[in-house]
Amino acid sequence: MPGEKQVTLARMRAGQSGMVLRIEGGHGLVNRLNALGIIPGKRITKISSMLMRGPVTVEVDRTQVAVGFGMASRILVQPDNRATE
Amino acid sequence: MKILLMGNPNVGKSVIFSRLTGVRVIVSNYPGTTVSYTQGLMKLGEDTAEVIDVPGTYTLEPTSEAEEVALRMLDTGDVVINVVNATNLERNLYLTLQLLERKIPIVVALNMWDDTNHRGINIDLDKLRKLLGVPVISTVATTAQGIKELVESIPKATSPGVPARSRDDRWVAIGSIVDQVQQVTHRHHTWFERLADATVHPLTGGLIALAVLAGAFLVTRLIGESLISYVFEPLFNNLWAPVLLRLSNLLGGAGFLHDIVIGKLINSEVDFVQSFGLLSSGLYVPFAMVLPYVTSFYLVLGLLEDVGYLPRLAVLMDTIMHRLGLHGYAIIPTLLGLGCNVPAILATRILESKRERFIAATLISIAVPCAALQAMIFGLVGERGAQYVAIVYGTLFIVWIILGTILRYVVKGFIPELLIEIPPYRVPQWRATLQKLWMRTYGFLVEAVPIILGAVLVINILYFFGVFEAIANFTAPVVTNFLGLPKEAVTAIVIGFLRKDVALGMLAPLALSAKQLVVGSVVLAMFFPCIATFVVLLRELGVVNMLKSAGIMISAALITGGILNLVL
Repeated sequence: MPGEKQVTLARMRAGQSGMVLRIEGGHGLVNRLNALGIIPGKRITKISSMLMRGPVTVEVDRTQVAVGFGMASRILVQPDNRATE
Repeated sequence: MKILLMGNPNVGKSVIFSRLTGVRVIVSNYPGTTVSYTQGLMKLGEDTAEVIDVPGTYTLEPTSEAEEVALRMLDTGDVVINVVNATNLERNLYLTLQLLERKIPIVVALNMWDDTNHRGINIDLDKLRKLLGVPVISTVATTAQGIKELVESIPKATSPGVPARSRDDRWVAIGSIVDQVQQVTHRHHTWFERLADATVHPLTGGLIALAVLAGAFLVTRLIGESLISYVFEPLFNNLWAPVLLRLSNLLGGAGFLHDIVIGKLINSEVDFVQSFGLLSSGLYVPFAMVLPYVTSFYLVLGLLEDVGYLPRLAVLMDTIMHRLGLHGYAIIPTLLGLGCNVPAILATRILESKRERFIAATLISIAVPCAALQAMIFGLVGERGAQYVAIVYGTLFIVWIILGTILRYVVKGFIPELLIEIPPYRVPQWRATLQKLWMRTYGFLVEAVPIILGAVLVINILYFFGVFEAIANFTAPVVTNFLGLPKEAVTAIVIGFLRKDVALGMLAPLALSAKQLVVGSVVLAMFFPCIATFVVLLRELGVVNMLKSAGIMISAALITGGILNLVL
């Protein structure tokens, strides 16, 4: 859709929510994220990220998952329009 | 009949396993506690069935060694009890659907049922049964709620014969099931959850981690030292010493038998550290020096595990661990290694690649001293001053960092990234925590004490026949010139292969300077794993990698010892 925002999970702000659009990675990455319930169409909320390209913590289906920075950079998210802060 | 307990990591399979079989297993609040399978027996009507606690898996398309174990187990079972976390149907049902596609009868245990209420989750059990086509029982494993019903439902396990689906189709099916059976009332975050989130924020999390680790260390020290000074030392000095002295008189005060049983008298008294007989040091070292620290360490570790703090620590440590060629989750085996290297090396199975497992296992066997060795370091080196203990720990830490950095570049391969589920914090259940403490302490007693006694016996016999002297003379140039230790210290290093605590104890009668004691402790810690660790390393790494790892250990120990000898 034109004008639609998308951002990687790594670049989302802490506290921001959105919907996973797609995962830009090979079969292995998609498989591992899939196992933890991170799939296109899922709503996620970013909890925090560590400094120096450290892991990102997200909440998906009421469960928290820590995702390495590289993986988080390959997860594309459409953030909610109404910014929460 | 063979019943498999399968489900996502950290859903309580091991607790259900204990309930079904009465077999006690280690349970903790982090994914990956169970890395190999445990089996037990249960009564099922007239028959006895075999129950297997399978390591947790998110999917039947394995992504780690533990998950491969799970998949292999699946082909051997007759019935699966699929344990599901009731507070997270969305993700847990993925494995359930994969299991339904296999032709194996299934019962679903919806565990942590009590948590659904206060999390505002409402699940329609009857509808879920209908949609899945298999028995579904709600359970609270920690209080045994629903376990009886679960057992009764095992004969009713069925395989509804669902055709194989694609990944996307499974998620669509899950979405539809969840929509029909589950209602979630939205509620605001509690202050407790905000505090919980603070432990994974970079700044607050780092400060909290420092406080937690410092607190853990101080509490371990406090409990350990208190047990030694108020319980074990008085017991040995006031009750056991007089008995030994009388026995010593009976045996004539000297001679072969006397030296083996009582050891050498120091100023015609029994010295529990230096005498080195079976009934003197052989009992004092394991019970009065090591056991107090093993107990206090495992109490503190057990609490950290059960609260659910360790996965957060893994997230915080991830960036640092990457410099050592590992990712954050490797901190969990490393912490376990501070208790005993054997379970620590087994726990490296939660890491994804062979490369990581090699690095983690090598680093643990070299730079992570077990509780028994640490107790002896506190006992013997601590006597000379806290600064010397600090030098030993500081050296091992620096070795850990430098060696990890080297291995990162030398061992080929890439570092997989951290991807873990972070469990909610839980208030530890004191019964479960104490039971785990008992299992680990008991494990130490039955596994370590016989080896310690055996080692003391062997040492005395070899001494008597002058075998050590021959070895000492043979290796003297390296030990005396390079490490600056008396040649008798070689015997301790050799005995270190049996038990490191005994080995360090052997340095006590040698009248070493504080510096020599520091060098000796560090070399002993790094040189070669004890026999139990050696066996596990061999099994987990294979012969070739074990030899590589051993080569690294020996050279690292000699280099570090040599440098310490020069610098101090």
